[in-house]
Amino acid sequence: MTAQQENSLNKFPAISAKNLCKSVGDEAHPIHILRDLQLEVRQGESVAIIGHSGCGKSTLLGILAGLDYPTKGQVAVEGALFSELDEDARAAIRGRRMGFVFQSFQLLPTLTALENVMIPLQLAKKKEARDLAIASLAAVGLSERLQHYPKHLSGGEQQRVAIARAFVSQPAILFADEPTGNLDSETGKQIIDLMFTLNRAAGTTLILVTHDQQLAEQCQRVCKLEHGALSLLRGGNE
Amino acid sequence: MIKFAWQQCWAQWRSGDLHVLLLALIVAVTAITGVTFFTYRISAHLTNESGLVLGGDMVIIADHPIRDALMQSAVEEGLQYTTTTEFPSMAIVGDKNQLAEIKALASGFPLRGDLTVKLSRDSNAISGQYTPKQGEVWLEPRLANLLSVGIGDKVELGATELAVSGLLMREPSRGGDMFSFAPRLMMHQTDVEKTELIQYGSRVKYQLLVAGSQQALQSFSGKVSKQLQPGERIQDLKSARPEIKSALDRAEIFLGLAAIVSVLLSVAAILLASSPYVTRHIEIAALLRCFGASKADIQNSLMMQATIIALIGASIGCLLGYVLQSLLSGLAGTLFLERLPAPSYLPILIGFSVSFSIFFALMFPNIHVIKNSPVIHILRKESETKAVGWGWKFLPITSVVIVIIVCIAKSFQLALSVIGGILILCILCAGLSYIVANSLYRFSQNGYLLNAGLMPMIKIGLANLKRHWLLTVTQVIGFSLSAMLLILLMIIKNDLLNAWQDSLPADAPNRFVINIQPQQAEQIEAFAQSIGVANPQAFPMIRGRLVMKNKQALSPELYDDDRAKRLISREFNLSMAAAMQQDNQLLEGVWWTSNQHASPIISIEQDIATALNIKLGDTLTYDIAGRQIDLTVTSIRKVDWDSMRANFFAVTPPETLSAFPSSYMMAFYLPAEQTTALDALIKQLPNLTVIDVSSLMEQVRSIMQKMSTAVTYVFILCVVAGLIVLYAALIATREGRIREAALLRAFGASRRQVSISMLSEYLSIAALATGIALIIANAVAFALSHYLFNIPFTFNLSLAIYAFLISTLLIPTAAWLVIQAYLKQSPKQLLNSI
Repeated sequence: MTAQQENSLNKFPAISAKNLCKSVGDEAHPIHILRDLQLEVRQGESVAIIGHSGCGKSTLLGILAGLDYPTKGQVAVEGALFSELDEDARAAIRGRRMGFVFQSFQLLPTLTALENVMIPLQLAKKKEARDLAIASLAAVGLSERLQHYPKHLSGGEQQRVAIARAFVSQPAILFADEPTGNLDSETGKQIIDLMFTLNRAAGTTLILVTHDQQLAEQCQRVCKLEHGALSLLRGGNE
Repeated sequence: MIKFAWQQCWAQWRSGDLHVLLLALIVAVTAITGVTFFTYRISAHLTNESGLVLGGDMVIIADHPIRDALMQSAVEEGLQYTTTTEFPSMAIVGDKNQLAEIKALASGFPLRGDLTVKLSRDSNAISGQYTPKQGEVWLEPRLANLLSVGIGDKVELGATELAVSGLLMREPSRGGDMFSFAPRLMMHQTDVEKTELIQYGSRVKYQLLVAGSQQALQSFSGKVSKQLQPGERIQDLKSARPEIKSALDRAEIFLGLAAIVSVLLSVAAILLASSPYVTRHIEIAALLRCFGASKADIQNSLMMQATIIALIGASIGCLLGYVLQSLLSGLAGTLFLERLPAPSYLPILIGFSVSFSIFFALMFPNIHVIKNSPVIHILRKESETKAVGWGWKFLPITSVVIVIIVCIAKSFQLALSVIGGILILCILCAGLSYIVANSLYRFSQNGYLLNAGLMPMIKIGLANLKRHWLLTVTQVIGFSLSAMLLILLMIIKNDLLNAWQDSLPADAPNRFVINIQPQQAEQIEAFAQSIGVANPQAFPMIRGRLVMKNKQALSPELYDDDRAKRLISREFNLSMAAAMQQDNQLLEGVWWTSNQHASPIISIEQDIATALNIKLGDTLTYDIAGRQIDLTVTSIRKVDWDSMRANFFAVTPPETLSAFPSSYMMAFYLPAEQTTALDALIKQLPNLTVIDVSSLMEQVRSIMQKMSTAVTYVFILCVVAGLIVLYAALIATREGRIREAALLRAFGASRRQVSISMLSEYLSIAALATGIALIIANAVAFALSHYLFNIPFTFNLSLAIYAFLISTLLIPTAAWLVIQAYLKQSPKQLLNSI
């Protein structure tokens, strides 16, 4: 992507979702998870989506990130229609522009911390993958744990590795799905601080799904997902 | 991409995910290459061994002098060759004369094996490739005794006189119809003309013996078999010696079967081991796609990984296969090793092909599943991975297995039967395990078991059978399959070894006495009794020629089959008996009753009946010493030619042929220390001809011994493959077990209680699997023994009990061993580790 193209992207919202619907189950008895949902996230903005368990937060995140298809509606990423692309095209955009932090860390148990962080760089065929991964792990304070396997790391350390992996490819948009859901409150607080520090430093757009009010408060905008639609709780214009 | 794929492989190896899969693949390749290396060497060795019996690797027999074109073909293929001429003639010394089997040799005889000859009165016998010089003859000691000549004396042969220069102590190449044996006289081929013995119409057997590499022999045989002229035929060990042929055939079938079992067990292990491997890859693929990998990236990475794994499996497997066959050959005895030909490179090619085809056949359907698994799997584990249909999943691997079996067994029918058998086994296992799982569940839940002591844990274990019934079925199939194949192989191995041992017991007859006059029969029987033979029996022998069938004249031209032509053109021995020999089996018709003892009826051996198209009720006309007699076929028998006992193609009731001139023959075991007693008897009754088959029997015994050893070691290889299946099945389900153990521990169960729950579950699975395996293995063994090996099947109760005990002990113990290290950890650690 050229610098000109990069600049032109800034004119568009990082993510915009229009009339999003998602239903599961059979046609006779559909379960509507999302109903005509609208969302626009500006570049560099941090948005928290909260809601009770099972309200569809993760489903929304999956659709926004192109991991899942909406039943109806559109998702655009930096102005480009995203939800109607095929799997591989979306994967390519994810690889270039997106990063992820998951509740269950999603580290590959067969790889060391360093190897886990190297994955996005290797997929992007970056030659300096190893050095960048080491630097990224150093940034989350895990210089001493490069060769450790996930099972030898604490939950907090595993999530740090996941954060290092999310930021190592310098994504424009970071999706975080309940990043503190599997951590105790103290460790969760440290992880939140780390994530927001890195986010601010990199100017990344952050879309965060959580039921943790404290965590949501750190975001510029907080929306609540209820009955398949979003309502604005704080910040923004929605 | 290669680097990434290698990194993935290495990471999975380090994490242990790949251990079982690679181990199973290595075992598959090791088993196949090891067995192929070994069986190739054994079969090449046995072919060489057959050379010892024939005097060359292959013999062309003709009733006319060997044509130059045949010798030219041998030269063109780079084969060594020599020729012999055999004919019966009288050897005369003064007023004594004796019928001898003359064998005239060209130089270089024998091409395989050694002649043992004593060249002077005082020297020891020497062995090697020797032939009598021109103007000289070698006599068998029996002939020298009968003619009362020694080294240095002269023997008259036709129109010439030749000097006795040696005593022929052992001739390895003495095969064929042993009852036509007159003592041997060997001479140089250039002297034959001087004897003027070969005239028009003389019964002469011309032989071309060839020896060389397997490849050259095959090419020679292929070329020559197309050019054979009337009166010419190719003879190899199988056609020359039926008793060795059947032993060889059985060994070949068994080794092939063992190789098939290894393949099946290894494939079963790989299938089981691939399940966690594929699950892991679905997770990895979802994550990689999340980070931007395309489907093509995933596919390429998986293909690359599969190539790396198949390459490693093939390399290590071939290496181990080579080591294994060296070990087997070494264990099989020094003599064996010395004589085994070098292994060929073909098994390496086979090993690589097998490794790649098995692994890719297995991975292809899974690659499809993995690359198409939904990315949302990363957020929702429960999201459904679109599984490939059963047909597509198992079609490639089934096809590969069929191709491998067809290649090994050279029988499409056998391959289909094996696959069909396995399918039946799977259905049976699924049905039975479902029923048993349900029954045990009801039994455990309906209050039949007390809620005290360890009972609650046993209940959980038994209930698990139903709760994870798909897992139960998979495990029952896995264990059943390996147990069935091993039990089957064990049954056949034992039956086969017993059949071999029975066919040649230590006291099997080693002397055949022929030309016994009717009045001498009792004296010979008394002699046999005196040297310890129980119930000695002299059989009458009447030389007759089959001239008509149903009043239609028979001639060699009526038959295409060489054997049939020979049978029609010569006399063979008829015998008389009241009762059928114990080792004969009545196939059609009935044996005669006591009031039929003089009836004109006859019993015919199965092979000869087939060759000459003789049916029950046919009337056969025999020409016996110029008189003809009509005999009606009332029964067809199967004769166990392996037994080395006296047996006859045609037998009549005891008085039917009493009006015809007959001599008697008797077969008995002569202990080495009684040789002089027999010599004394021969001096007393000089008309007797004694045929010594002890050296021949030693050869047969040695071949059977070697095959028994090979069969045993190849069996051990299959047992190792079976153990890998067990390990793979346990590893495949380990994660689920650990999760369950962790939950039970979290709810307060002790390590002991968790172990009991698991052991009771595995004990049930083991008992069920072994029970099914025993039933099917015995049914299949019965069919194989009956139809393929032609050996009697006996249900081996002790083997069944041992198999049941071993597997019900081994499977739960192995399961406990696989999981016990994890049980020592805390429940939280346990849950983190999966």
